[in-house]
Amino acid sequence: MHEMSVTMSLLDLVLGEAAKAGASKIVGVNVVLGQMTGIIDHYVQANFELLSQNTPAEGAALTFRNIPRQARCRNCAHVFQPSDLAWSCPRCQSLEIEITGGNELYVESIEVE
Amino acid sequence: MEIKVLKDILSANSQIAEQNRKLLASKRIMTINLMSSPGSGKTTLILRTVEELKSKARIAVIEGDVSSSIDAEKLNRAGIAAIQINTGGACHLDASMVNSALPNLDLDDIDILFIENVGNLICPGGFDLGESLRVVILSTPEGDDKPHKYPLLFTQANALVVNKTDLLPHVWFDLEAFTRVFKGLNQQAALFAVSGLTGDGIEEWGKWVMANLNKRRTLNPAE
Repeated sequence: MHEMSVTMSLLDLVLGEAAKAGASKIVGVNVVLGQMTGIIDHYVQANFELLSQNTPAEGAALTFRNIPRQARCRNCAHVFQPSDLAWSCPRCQSLEIEITGGNELYVESIEVE
Repeated sequence: MEIKVLKDILSANSQIAEQNRKLLASKRIMTINLMSSPGSGKTTLILRTVEELKSKARIAVIEGDVSSSIDAEKLNRAGIAAIQINTGGACHLDASMVNSALPNLDLDDIDILFIENVGNLICPGGFDLGESLRVVILSTPEGDDKPHKYPLLFTQANALVVNKTDLLPHVWFDLEAFTRVFKGLNQQAALFAVSGLTGDGIEEWGKWVMANLNKRRTLNPAE
């Protein structure tokens, strides 16, 4: 839902980085996206195409590395990916779990010319 | 040519949030970012909290809504300093909106600032506003399965307020099972069961708010 404001921040960030490097065109953007953020990559893609028109990032290829959410059981230390339905530990059924992955939302690198 | 960036996409928001946090800390204001679905009772909880704490703390409110100033007017009518932010369609507040709103409040006359976020259990979670504490409200008619559907907000919360406990006999909400699930996901958070309608549980919640304010005051004494 909040893909538009995230995409605006993404565009500002990559335009700034490209300008710092003295690049005139951005051809690729590599984004790392965790599942916990709830952000859907193809919406970001569609927004980016729209927002980047007439900027050095127009036509840049966005590549997403999607990171699934990951949890660790505080009872038996089992590491697992919680399903959409149940977040108990699949090994010992404990509810004492800690989210250890999937919060990522960053630009890893950009490809410029 | 590839350029390594390794920067958080929302880093611009985080920078402004830090400015807000510094400004609010310099005024010794404790800020609570209040998040929930629409209609779960954010404004009512604020009204109840002001009533409960009016002899102990000066409370002001920033109201975030997509449109209208109904909530700010409701609070103003109750004698509470409240200003409205209209996001104009955005589904959450961000740090710059709060930054623009702060000059409209008398920061020297506030102990606790509530920021009532746009009603939404997803989007507000990604945006730091510069708050001291994050509080999530869940009302019983929404169902007890929400922490797993919207995990980000629930895992980040410093406190969770289960509201509308007066409706418990009529809705599918198993408070005991919910407490186990929520405490499993978020061990640090305080959990309160209240009724905005009857005022039940508000006293305990108010004590938690005051304990946090006093803790901050001790850590950051007046110059």
